Amino acid sequence: MPRGTPDTESDETLTLEAFADTILPGAKRGPDDVSVAGHSHDAGSVEAGALELLRTPATGLTSGLAEFVELLNGHAERYAREHGLPTGGRLPSFVRLSFEDRTALVRALTSPGHPEKEFWVMLALFCNMAFDSAAHMSTPAAIAAGHPGLTAMGFAAPDPDGLLRFKEYSYGRPLARLHPDTTPSGSPA
Amino acid sequence: MTATEKTDVLVVGSGFGGAITAYHLAAGGARVTVLERGPWLETEELEHDFLLGSSYTRAFDFTVGDGMSVLGGNCVGGGSMVYFAALPRAPRFVFERRGSIGRRMWPSSISRDTLDPWYDRVAEALGVRTQDWSDVSYAGGLWGAACDHSGRTANPVPVAIDKDACVNCNWMMAGCRFEAKKSLVFNYLPAAVAHGARIRPLHEVQRLERLDDGGYRVHYNVIDDSDYRVTTDSGAIDARIVVLAAGAGATPVILKRSEERLGTMPHAVGRYFSGNGERLNTAVINEDRVRDVLGLSRDDERAYEAFQVGKGPCVANWDRLDPALPEYSRYSLEQLYFPPALGTILAQTPGAPTPSWFGADKKEMLRRWKSWLIIFTMSEDDNEGVFGAPPPTGNAVRLSQQMLGRGPLTYRPTANTWHGWTSADAEVKEILEKDGIASVAPWTNDLVGAYTVHPLASCRIGDDPHTSALDDRHELRGHPGIFVTDGSSVPGALTVNPAMTIAALAERSVPGIVEAARARGVDVTYGAPAPDGATSGRGGVLHLADRSSA
Repeated sequence: MPRGTPDTESDETLTLEAFADTILPGAKRGPDDVSVAGHSHDAGSVEAGALELLRTPATGLTSGLAEFVELLNGHAERYAREHGLPTGGRLPSFVRLSFEDRTALVRALTSPGHPEKEFWVMLALFCNMAFDSAAHMSTPAAIAAGHPGLTAMGFAAPDPDGLLRFKEYSYGRPLARLHPDTTPSGSPA
Repeated sequence: MTATEKTDVLVVGSGFGGAITAYHLAAGGARVTVLERGPWLETEELEHDFLLGSSYTRAFDFTVGDGMSVLGGNCVGGGSMVYFAALPRAPRFVFERRGSIGRRMWPSSISRDTLDPWYDRVAEALGVRTQDWSDVSYAGGLWGAACDHSGRTANPVPVAIDKDACVNCNWMMAGCRFEAKKSLVFNYLPAAVAHGARIRPLHEVQRLERLDDGGYRVHYNVIDDSDYRVTTDSGAIDARIVVLAAGAGATPVILKRSEERLGTMPHAVGRYFSGNGERLNTAVINEDRVRDVLGLSRDDERAYEAFQVGKGPCVANWDRLDPALPEYSRYSLEQLYFPPALGTILAQTPGAPTPSWFGADKKEMLRRWKSWLIIFTMSEDDNEGVFGAPPPTGNAVRLSQQMLGRGPLTYRPTANTWHGWTSADAEVKEILEKDGIASVAPWTNDLVGAYTVHPLASCRIGDDPHTSALDDRHELRGHPGIFVTDGSSVPGALTVNPAMTIAALAERSVPGIVEAARARGVDVTYGAPAPDGATSGRGGVLHLADRSSA
């Protein structure tokens, strides 16, 4: 089960985790967790495996992650200066921001008209996917392992053959009048 | 130097426009080759899995444009493999639409009445049937009950799904593992192969070139099986007739790339693109109110909690498909399932400060995912999409190994289009927020623009050479022997799911293609039965096709 625990204290890992945590926030994994802001009471995108997914070559993002991180921290540095926030220190600039400031910056970067919007939207898309579809893992295995996103959403577990089947699916009774102009083929007239 | 391979008819794409024409032409005696850029997925390969590289990401493409993103099939069977098999016919008023050109968009030869015999052929071939309420998923039932509660009607939509084989898994976007969905790989395509057609997967057509004998040379790249960014080979095939059916997001790109060697394209190639006026709203259902207000319950504990259960769209509200209403205010509102990832990121959190597609509120909304209900609007847009310069290969610069790419489409929705969308948004909200049944918010257009699963009209039929790329026989103006039969040939938004209309137009185009092929010396006739041998649909159209069956 990927836990998204920082394997290193690298600026890249911390920065990407902080970005993912802004998209779908989680609980801090420990008292020293600096990348996860702790804006939720349970696991978010980071623990759902955002870093594993971003580092999966099939995304097409992997080779660009270092550049994303540099850009993001550059934006964060400017944001901090513009808002009179303290700069400098050990942590990457984006990680130093509060959850609210991270959110405001991500909002600006993904807004229509921002020249880099496309990149940040793509990064956000995969951070979202780590949580809501666990695209870095086989889905039956992710469900069996209690993947935090699929579990939180209540995504149904498949049968032992890995395939999903719902035996109950319908209220089974008429629930509305049909449109009076429906043709015999069941189409609108 | 090796001789270039030759065929009578080269079909580009194996979705509705390609499969239907390939079948009839092969059955009529022509040598047919189909080039499909995506893989050929066998039923056993269709997984219930979001893992990158599974059938879910192999089978379709998500192409991000400027102001409009397009979801389309990318496999043998095309859209029919990944669609939801909802097959209503277009309402009568659609064929009278004037749209952005201020006069009737459709060719004068086509109306609902003249298209009905061709719809009948498709219905027979695909096994389209009306659903009854016992077939309808909980989500469809909930939408129907909510419509009824607000004084509206609601209809189970006609589908091509074998209800006895369907397990309501809602994995249709990854292809149907249970062979319940009647995709083209179960009817037209195997019948075409049985008549000698050759289908080549992972062959992406790049451009066409005119030959001295009046035929065409079709240049393709062979695409890597798992990393679609990689080209492994290339080649060319000569054909006397070319049928372009690469989809509305790709057909105009191929033609624009071919312009240097083919000559000037009609003005409407790569213009007048329509997203079928599509728009999505996500509701978060109040389970208690579903029980108390609508009187619905699954069992003692659950009133709904069934977003994941079902088979795509089951029930639609058609009250606004009223010919008396002005254009741009007519639309259908259809209950829909969208899987996570593509179906969640654009959803905004009802009641939260916008943008609310990410953040703490969104996470709380995801926690209630089982209580979601998606309502899909299909309205009348203004055909405002325009394709820019083609990318180096294919129809997009592929970003990921599969699925995700950046395409040259620009779409700036007009006030007319926005009028349809906002009217529909307001109506969905009125229906579902009545008496506290749900909270509703539309998907954001800020991230990837508007979003369509039914791209249309980028190379359309019509009577006016300035605003239509094809004549009413689907032949490309000024380029005899090239026909376009996919969604790009549909003149505009249909206000309902378009597969049935795309398929009917493809059926209707075949006699004209046969005639053109015969004029070019191909020994082919028109008149094949349905792919399974049924003949009642053929009986309804043979008199319409007399010219070419002679």
